[in-house]
Amino acid sequence: MLDARGLSCPQPVLMLKKAMADNGDKYEIIVDNVTAKENITRFAVNSGYNVSVTEQNDDYVLSVARKK
Amino acid sequence: MSFDSKKFTVAIGLLIGIISAMLVKFGNPANMGFCIACFIRDTAGALGLHGAKGVQYIRPEIIGLVLGSFAAALFSKEFKARGGSAPMTRFILGFFVMVGALMFLGCPFRMVLRIAGGDLNAVVGLVGFAAGILCGVFFLNKGFSLKRSYTLSACEGTVMPVIQAVFLALLIAAPTFILFTSNYADVKGPGKAHAAIIISLAAGLIVGILAQKSRFCMVGGLRDLILFREARLILGFAAIAAAACAANVAMGSFTLGFENQPVAHTDALWNFLGMLLVGFASVLLGGCPLRQLILSGEGNTDSAVTSLGLLVGAAFCHNFALASSAAGPTPNGKVAVIIGIVVAVAIAFANLSQKQEA
Repeated sequence: MLDARGLSCPQPVLMLKKAMADNGDKYEIIVDNVTAKENITRFAVNSGYNVSVTEQNDDYVLSVARKK
Repeated sequence: MSFDSKKFTVAIGLLIGIISAMLVKFGNPANMGFCIACFIRDTAGALGLHGAKGVQYIRPEIIGLVLGSFAAALFSKEFKARGGSAPMTRFILGFFVMVGALMFLGCPFRMVLRIAGGDLNAVVGLVGFAAGILCGVFFLNKGFSLKRSYTLSACEGTVMPVIQAVFLALLIAAPTFILFTSNYADVKGPGKAHAAIIISLAAGLIVGILAQKSRFCMVGGLRDLILFREARLILGFAAIAAAACAANVAMGSFTLGFENQPVAHTDALWNFLGMLLVGFASVLLGGCPLRQLILSGEGNTDSAVTSLGLLVGAAFCHNFALASSAAGPTPNGKVAVIIGIVVAVAIAFANLSQKQEA
């Protein structure tokens, strides 16, 4: 699980982008604010992935899975 | 459709551009409907932090931006007090963003408004800004990080909005210890040019709400295009420019050229370098000065500390002749910008990730 909580823009998206370099099918990333959630969702969708978000305490866990 | 979609961002940009042009019609200095740097500098003057009589006025636009963001964040339950991500480093970066901005005579927001007014010197600034963003992106890709922030008490997060409310009270009450350029009969300066308090405040509140909802950021515009081929913010940036330009043309205040532009100078090298410093340091900070104000309204105390850095930077600039004027940059200002670029590079290298790529 990628932990992007508390990081400044654009580090959460960068973190996912770097992880995606291995061309995997599934990623999980946790953030603690709505802006990061929106930015990661947009980036993942534009990169050919689906995103589902689960709220966990005050955080958001994003499950990113490659579109079939 | 959400506020952070492309369509809404462009719509919001158009509205912000029109509001900015209208503020000038209502009395703000030319091509300066908004300028985060100039307005924080003017507020510093009113508080007696510097003695430049021509630029002393508590700008309600700044107050409105923070309080508008605060209200919008509270309403959508996005207010979250957080901080602790290298605050002293951010203070210094904020300080040098102001040094760079006062070299150019504008923050990135004003840079866009100056372009919309036909000021070609601001196009030179834009090139420098882009170069600075490229420098920042270089370090981001190498793993630059000021580490994470942590949740803090709600009280901590509300200090900045409360400070802004206090400034508003001081502006309205106008006690003798708050300085106003308009009190000096023999002094000229942008500090005398301002819309009525209620208009400036309303404009700031509206733009603050819109910018909070759309996550607007001038630096993010170019940065996200380069890093992620994401065009949302830069389309918003372009929308502000287009709308302000159209409004300026309609109002007869568009003048294309380099010479005799309002509150501007023609020294291309230092316009370039000043905005290079602003772009570079803003990428390291995670947002332009406007974004820092908006984040501070949302409870982000790191951004509040950055805003303090901007305030102290402005005071320094006018106490030690670092700020430019229409006549051009000062020798001290040139030294300060070079120091700022060196410091930003040092901060960037000092905060590269230790971890190897996974």
